Amino acid sequence: MSFSNLTRRGLIKTSAAAGAGLALPTYLSAASHAGYTNAPQGDTVTLGFNVPQSGPYADEGADELRAFELAVEHLNGGGDGGMMQTFSSKALNGTGILGKKVEYVTGDTQTKSDAARASAKSMIEKDGAVMISGGSSSGVAVAVQALCQEAGVIFMAGLTHANDTTGKDKRANGFRHFFNSYMSGAALAPILANEYGKDRKAYHLTADYNWGYTTEEAVRSSTEAFGWETVNAVKTPLTQTDFSAYIAPVLQSGADVLVLNHYGGNMVNSLTNAVQFGLRDKMVNGKKFEIVVPLYSELMARGAGANIKGILGSQNWDWKLEDQLGSRYSGTNAFVQSFGTKYGFPPSQAAHTCYVQTMLYADAVTRAGSFNPCAVVEALEGFEFDGMGNGPTLYRADDHQCFKDVVVVKGKENPENEYDLVEIVEVTPADQVTYAPDHEQFAGGSLGSCNAGA
Amino acid sequence: MDAILLQILNGLDKGSAYALIALGLTLIFGTLGVVNFAHGALFMIGAFCAVTFSKLLTLSHTIIDDTRKDFLGNPMKVDVPYIHEFVGQTTGDAIIDWAVPLSILFAVPVMIAIGFIMERGLIKHFYKRPHADQILVTFGLAIVLQEVIKFFYGANPIPTPAPAVFAGSFDFGAMLGFDPNTIIYPYWRLVYFGFAAVIIGAVFAFLQFTTFGMVVRAGMADRETVGLLGINIDKRFTIMFGIAAAVAGLAGVMYAPINSPNYHMGMDFLVLSFVVVVVGGMGSLPGAVLAGFLLGILESFASMSAILELIPGINQIIIYLVAIIILLTRPRGLMGRKGVMEE
Repeated sequence: MSFSNLTRRGLIKTSAAAGAGLALPTYLSAASHAGYTNAPQGDTVTLGFNVPQSGPYADEGADELRAFELAVEHLNGGGDGGMMQTFSSKALNGTGILGKKVEYVTGDTQTKSDAARASAKSMIEKDGAVMISGGSSSGVAVAVQALCQEAGVIFMAGLTHANDTTGKDKRANGFRHFFNSYMSGAALAPILANEYGKDRKAYHLTADYNWGYTTEEAVRSSTEAFGWETVNAVKTPLTQTDFSAYIAPVLQSGADVLVLNHYGGNMVNSLTNAVQFGLRDKMVNGKKFEIVVPLYSELMARGAGANIKGILGSQNWDWKLEDQLGSRYSGTNAFVQSFGTKYGFPPSQAAHTCYVQTMLYADAVTRAGSFNPCAVVEALEGFEFDGMGNGPTLYRADDHQCFKDVVVVKGKENPENEYDLVEIVEVTPADQVTYAPDHEQFAGGSLGSCNAGA
Repeated sequence: MDAILLQILNGLDKGSAYALIALGLTLIFGTLGVVNFAHGALFMIGAFCAVTFSKLLTLSHTIIDDTRKDFLGNPMKVDVPYIHEFVGQTTGDAIIDWAVPLSILFAVPVMIAIGFIMERGLIKHFYKRPHADQILVTFGLAIVLQEVIKFFYGANPIPTPAPAVFAGSFDFGAMLGFDPNTIIYPYWRLVYFGFAAVIIGAVFAFLQFTTFGMVVRAGMADRETVGLLGINIDKRFTIMFGIAAAVAGLAGVMYAPINSPNYHMGMDFLVLSFVVVVVGGMGSLPGAVLAGFLLGILESFASMSAILELIPGINQIIIYLVAIIILLTRPRGLMGRKGVMEE
């Protein structure tokens, strides 16, 4: 190496770059005196909402954002207070969080892990977000959860259904209110056995990624326990749009039930294709052919239109719960009322889980008396609450997963409008969908210890 | 045997969509020499023509129904389509039911106009630029068109059903003496296949049997000489761009009931269509059609679970694998002409 090219200008540039590099860790831990990352300064606190604002899940992201905005409004004392009126914990009083006015920044996950990490990182490092929430995919949730763990902020997961989020990829700083694949299987299986009989042959089409595998495994093991036989399980590429080549051989296999372990656009297309093939009009093995969609998304179901009629699936929550099943699901109507009044239509389950997660975080901070992530983790672990629309709920300390009732729904025969696509068939009680923390579908990985960053 | 027949049928159907899009692409490439990455977007806009036409037919005014309550307990607002008032409820519903086939009448002029504006407004300025520039500008245009559609229609797919009479599927198995239900195929997909065959036939007939077509073919072979004969070939090529846009648009219109249209459906088809064009031979219309059907059938076979068990993941790479093999053995594609893209 030669130093002959070293100029005065070059030396200044190099020094400036080195100086900036050395200063960076100090900047990242600007709040080190408080002992944790992004300790709120002044009279405001910033939350980061990381939702898909572009890409195929943009509409779901928009609904999540609406819910977050509503939650912030309620936390700051605006509107009618929504679920704060029904929440069993009375720590929140509409004066922000610990007296600090809640502000928020948003990021666009694009439903891509790298983009989601980048937007979360930017919200943490540039905007000083002390908590990240939202998202519409398990891949994104797992990626952002790991990032939040490293950064020392709390991650309140949005819509993520794969077992791994609170299974092998669980983290101490991450919490999931939404239900998971295992719970869908456990909730659906008895109802499937009841509605369609115990002697059934199932054919699975499974989206070829993490969520698809865990959902297939959960539904298979739960239905096989009831006597169903799985005749075939075929993985379909995530980018597939026309499923005809996968659906055409279903009837030849002798199956009389088709399970579509697909979500979002995949679900809309595979279900539409299956209905086009007239599968539901066929009689196989002397029984009417049936289709099952383990995870319903009412927003995406709109895309499938009339094709969802009579199709069974599961949901984390439904806006009709309290009206139809009574005060056990209190909080539902309060939320629907404030959401509906503000936006003109009922909220989706994605909106519900995001709203609840924000409230739960704010409540945990208030009870803990600190924004310190480790104090928040302690306040949320083992926290039992009610009045948030799902009935009595536990945030289990072992894996940071919420345990609550699961809603089994069916596509409505005669929907009155585009928001009224499913009817509630039954609610499976929480104890029937609860599993041991070391259950094989959740094996591997550990929470580790909380990271306060800084 | 029945499984093989079923996948051939399915491949023919899938191939007809590829063939239609690739045909339009090849028309544009063969005439104007432009590699049009916005072609998938034209297919998508075609599908949204069906969506728009359905929305126009169901254009409604709102009445308050005091007897029913909405989800907030307020009197329910009910949308009544204007068409019910113009032609009565029964006829109105029948027209709405047939919205997709009827929207062909709406899509043709719209697509030709879009094609015309695209060509005159933007692409014309890139004729003399390198192919890389053309690809960049048309790809950029595709993204812009996508975002425009997303702005107006949202990101969610929009259900656009076929007429009720085409619901369900036809049992070929029973007809051919196999067990019932072994070879079934949806009626609408059969309609799509027939429709594609008619459009492809019409385009070939137009080029083969009309004077206009003859001039265009001559222009494709030797643009300069045709120009020297005093024929305004540019004008004809602009019209061909409009026709190519209409072909892609019609493929999209009829595809709307198969998969609910969304803003990125064009991109899903674009890459495949390019592979089809390359495999068929750049600039060769029969090649595009042949390769469309060939790749459609191969893709169908690769998705069979027996084959997937044998070679996992083959369904995701088969098309590209075949493309590589064909390009290695026949560098100009199946029916490629000498001199195209070789200067």
